[in-house]
Amino acid sequence: MNVFLAAVSAHALVLALALLVALAAPPGRGRNLLAGGACLLLAGSGTVAGWVALTGAQGRISVPTPLAGLDLTLVPTPLGGLFTLVAGGVGVVCALYAIGYVQGASASRTSWSAFAVFIAGMMVVPLAADVVTFLVAWEVMAIGSTVLVFTEHQARASVRPAGLWYAVMTHLSFLLLAAGLGVLAAASSSTSFADIAAARSSGGLVSIGFVLAVLGFATKAGAVPLHVWLPRAHPEAPSHVSALMSAAMVKMGIYGILLLTRLLPSGPGWWALVVLGLGLPSALYGILQASVTSDLKRLLAYSTTENVGLILIAIAVAMLTPTRPGIAATALLAALLLTISHAAFKTALFLSAGSVLHGTGERDLDRMGGLALRMPVTTGVLAVGCLGAAALPVTSGFVAEWTLLQALIHADAHTDRLTTAVLPLVMGVVALTAGLALLTFTKAFGIASLARPRSPGAATAHEASPSMRVAMVVASLGVLAIGLLPGQLIRVLTTILPPGTARATGSGGLALPGADAALDPTAIIAFAVALTLPMVLTAYRLARRAPRQRSPLGWGCGGVRTSSRMQYTATSYAEPLTRVFADALAPTRDVTVTHVEESRHALQSMAYQQQLVDVVESRGYVRVVLLLDRVGDWGRTVQNGNIHRYLAFSFAALVVVLIGVLQ
Amino acid sequence: MSTTLAGSLAVAVQVLAITLAAPLIVGVNRQVRARLEGRAGAGVFQPWRDLRKLMRKNPITADGVILASTLSVALAAASGLLVALLPLATNLTAPGLRGDLFVVVSVLLLGSVLIALIGLDAGSAFGGMGSSRHMMVSALVEPTVLVAIYALSIPVGASTLSTILAARMSEPASIVSPVSALALVALLVAVIAETGRLPVDNPSTHLELTMIHEAMVLEASGRDLGWIELASWMRMTALLGLVANLAAPWGIAEEFTAPALAVGIVAVVVKIAMLAAVIGVVEIFLAKLRLFRVPELMAGSFVLGFLAVTASYLTVTP
Repeated sequence: MNVFLAAVSAHALVLALALLVALAAPPGRGRNLLAGGACLLLAGSGTVAGWVALTGAQGRISVPTPLAGLDLTLVPTPLGGLFTLVAGGVGVVCALYAIGYVQGASASRTSWSAFAVFIAGMMVVPLAADVVTFLVAWEVMAIGSTVLVFTEHQARASVRPAGLWYAVMTHLSFLLLAAGLGVLAAASSSTSFADIAAARSSGGLVSIGFVLAVLGFATKAGAVPLHVWLPRAHPEAPSHVSALMSAAMVKMGIYGILLLTRLLPSGPGWWALVVLGLGLPSALYGILQASVTSDLKRLLAYSTTENVGLILIAIAVAMLTPTRPGIAATALLAALLLTISHAAFKTALFLSAGSVLHGTGERDLDRMGGLALRMPVTTGVLAVGCLGAAALPVTSGFVAEWTLLQALIHADAHTDRLTTAVLPLVMGVVALTAGLALLTFTKAFGIASLARPRSPGAATAHEASPSMRVAMVVASLGVLAIGLLPGQLIRVLTTILPPGTARATGSGGLALPGADAALDPTAIIAFAVALTLPMVLTAYRLARRAPRQRSPLGWGCGGVRTSSRMQYTATSYAEPLTRVFADALAPTRDVTVTHVEESRHALQSMAYQQQLVDVVESRGYVRVVLLLDRVGDWGRTVQNGNIHRYLAFSFAALVVVLIGVLQ
Repeated sequence: MSTTLAGSLAVAVQVLAITLAAPLIVGVNRQVRARLEGRAGAGVFQPWRDLRKLMRKNPITADGVILASTLSVALAAASGLLVALLPLATNLTAPGLRGDLFVVVSVLLLGSVLIALIGLDAGSAFGGMGSSRHMMVSALVEPTVLVAIYALSIPVGASTLSTILAARMSEPASIVSPVSALALVALLVAVIAETGRLPVDNPSTHLELTMIHEAMVLEASGRDLGWIELASWMRMTALLGLVANLAAPWGIAEEFTAPALAVGIVAVVVKIAMLAAVIGVVEIFLAKLRLFRVPELMAGSFVLGFLAVTASYLTVTP
C-alpha cells in the first residue's frame, strides 16, 4: 500500500474521530483531554503525511465529487510536504498546550471542533494538486480559524470587530486567489497545477493572474498593507490558536507564493519587484509597530508581519537572480529557513504569552514584571523565543537570518542594473529591521520578566499547568535545536533545493557553497563554554570570599521612595523610538496638567495619554470602508420598496436577456 | 602540532592578552584626556586598580533584582567570545570559528542585549532609561554596521574577516581605495556609537539627562560592576582592534610560534592604544550630541556605508 495514501487516510480518520470526541464528550477536563489528544493525533498524522511527502513519496489521491470532472486531488510534493510538516509540528505542540490551556468558551464543543477542522484544512492546503482542491482546503482553513477567532466574543467586546476584520480580510484573500488562480488556470486551460506548470504560458493575462494571486497570498501571510487583520485577530484569539495561526497558517501564504514561483518560473523581472515591494514595507513597518506596542500579543502579531516581510525579501532575491543559480538557491534556502525558524520561535512566544496571560491575567507589558521569579519555565521559553525572534545565536532565527544576509551580500551586483540598484537598499532595510527586532524583544523579555512586578496580577502570577509547560519547552527546544544543528535540518531540505545548495559540515554545521560561507554553531558554543568556564569559576571563588548582600531598596541615585511604579514600562522604553519615527507612526499624545488651587506653580496631578494606531488602517482602510459605505448607501436607493420599480427591474432584465438570446 | 590545536591555543592566547590589555587601553584614553584637560590624571593603571577593588567587594543587590548578577558574568563571557572571533593578534582561527562578520556582529549585539537587560533588571527609572536609549542607538547603528560589512566584503567576495584581512595584507593599496576608506569611516562611527563614546554617549558623565551606559550600570555594585566594566572595556578594545587591523593590517601573527604571537600581541596593543589616544584627543573637542540628534549621525554614517557599496560597483570590474 502507498505510504502517502495511508498517511492521508489516517489523517481523515483521525479528523472524524476528533470531531466525534469534540462533539460527544461531556464538558470538562475529560473533553479537553480527549479532544486535545485527538487533535494531537490529527496534527501528528498530518506531520507524518508531510514527512512522507517531503522525503519524496509518490502517489495520488482522488476524491470524486458530485460535479463531473471535478475530483479533489492530492499529490505529495517535497515543498508542500515541508509546509505540511511545519504546520503539523506546530499543530502537535499547540494541541498539547490546549489541553491545559483551554477554559470557558475555548473549551466548548464548537471551539474544539473548529480547532480540528482548522488543523485538518491547513494540513491539506500544501498537498493539493489542483486549483479547486487548493481553494476548498484554503476555505476550510479560513472558516475553521474564523470560528476560533470569535471564540471569546462573549468575554470581551474587542473580539467581535477583530473577528469581523479577520473574516473580511480572509475572504478578500480567497476572492483574490480564486480570481488569480482562475486566470492562470484559464491561460493554460487546466486547473491542475502540473498542467499549469507544463503550459509555460506567458503574457499580460498571466501577469494579471500572478499579481492577483500574490496579493491573495500576501493577505493571508499578513504583508503590509494587507496585514490589518493580523494585529487584531492574533491578540483576541485564544493563545494556542494565535500560535497556530501565526506560526503555521500565515505560512500557507508563503507556500502559495513559492508555489507560484514554481508554476511560473520564467516570469518577467518586475514580478520580483512586486514581491519585494510587499516584503520591504512589511519587514520595516511590522517591526516598527511591534517595537512601540505594549500589548504582548499584538507585538508578536506585528513581528509576524516583519518575519513574513523577511521571507518575501528572500523569495524576491531568489527571483531577482535567475542567472546566478547558486545565489538563487541560497536565497530560497533562506526563505525556507526563515519560515521554519519563525514557526518554531513564534510558537514558543505565543504559547509563553498565553501562559503569562493565564498566570497573571495581563496582556499589557506595562503591567508585567518580575515573572522570572514566579514563572521560571515560562520565562525560560520566552527568553529562547525572544532570542530567536531577535536573530541572536544560537537560535534558529540567527541561522535563518545569517543565510539571508549571505545570499544578499553574494548576489553578484554585476548581473543586471535592477539587482545592483536594489540590493544595497534591501541590505539596509534588513539591517534596520534586525536592529529594531533586537530592541523589540529586549523590551518584551526585559519588561515582562525582570525587575519588580508592575501590577497585582503580575505580583501573584502562577506557573502554567504541566501540559502547557511541556508544549512550551518542546517549542523552545525546537528553536535551540535548529540553531545549534542547522546541518541536520539541511539534510531534510535537500529534496526541495537544487543539488549543492547547502551541505552539512562537521557536527551539524551548515555550509553554503553558493555563497562560499560556513557556520558551525556547535563550535562557537563549545568555544564559548570553554571560555566561560574560567570566568564562572572565578565568579564562584569571588562569591565565596565576598558574599552578596541584599537590600530592600534599590539605590536609584539616592531616592528612598523607589516604588515599582517608578520603573520603566514598555511604553516608556519605546518612547525614544516613537519620537525618532514620529513621522511614520503618527502618535497622538495628550498631557493634562492639574494645578493646585492655591498656586498655578504647584502641580496636583498629571495625566499622560499616548495612542498609537496603525497608520495603514487609520489612513487607508478607514477611507476604503467609508467609500464602500457610500456605495452601499447609494445602492440602497435602488431598492425603495416600491413594487412598481421592482416590476420595472424585472422587465428590464427580461428585455436584456431576450436581446442577448436573440443575438 | 595540529592546526586545530594551534588555532585554538592562538585564540586562547589572544583572549587572555586582550583581557589583560583592555583596562590599560582605557587607562591610556583617560590619561590622554586628563593631560589635555590640564589634570594630572590617575595613571594608565588606574582601571586595573579599580577592577581589582571592585572584584573584591561584596555586591549589594536590591530586592526585585533577579538576574543582574548572572547577566553580568554572561556579558563578560560574550565580550570574551567577541575577542575570540576577531582576528586581533592572530589571523589563526580555531575550527568552526572562522570569524564570519555576521557572527561577530551577532555576538556584539548579544552583548548589547545583555547589558540592556541588566539595566532593565535594576528596576529603577535610570536603568530603564539607559537601557531604552542604548537599544535605540544599537538599533540605528545596525544598518551602518551591516552596510559597511557589505562594502568590505564585496571586493573579496567573502564576509570572513580573516579573508578580508589577508587580501588587505597582500595588497595594501586596496586599504586606501574609496570603498575601503568610506567603509572604514562608517565602521568607526558605528564602533564609537556601540562602545558609548563621545559624541553619542559621554563615558565620564553621571548627569541623568545625558547618560546611557552609566545609567544602565548605576545599580550594579561590587564584582557585578567589575564584570560589567571589564566586559565593556574588552568590547571597546576588540572593536577598536578590528578597526585598527582593517586600517593597518600589519604584525598579525600568521603562524603559531612564540615570537610571531608576541609580535602580534604587541602590534595590536600598540595599534589599539594609539587609536584610543587619538579618540581621547578628539573627544576633548567634542560635546555630546543631544540624544535625538544621534539618529542624524547614524543616518550620516549609513550614507557613507551606502556610498562605499556604490563605489565598489564602480571600481571593481566585472
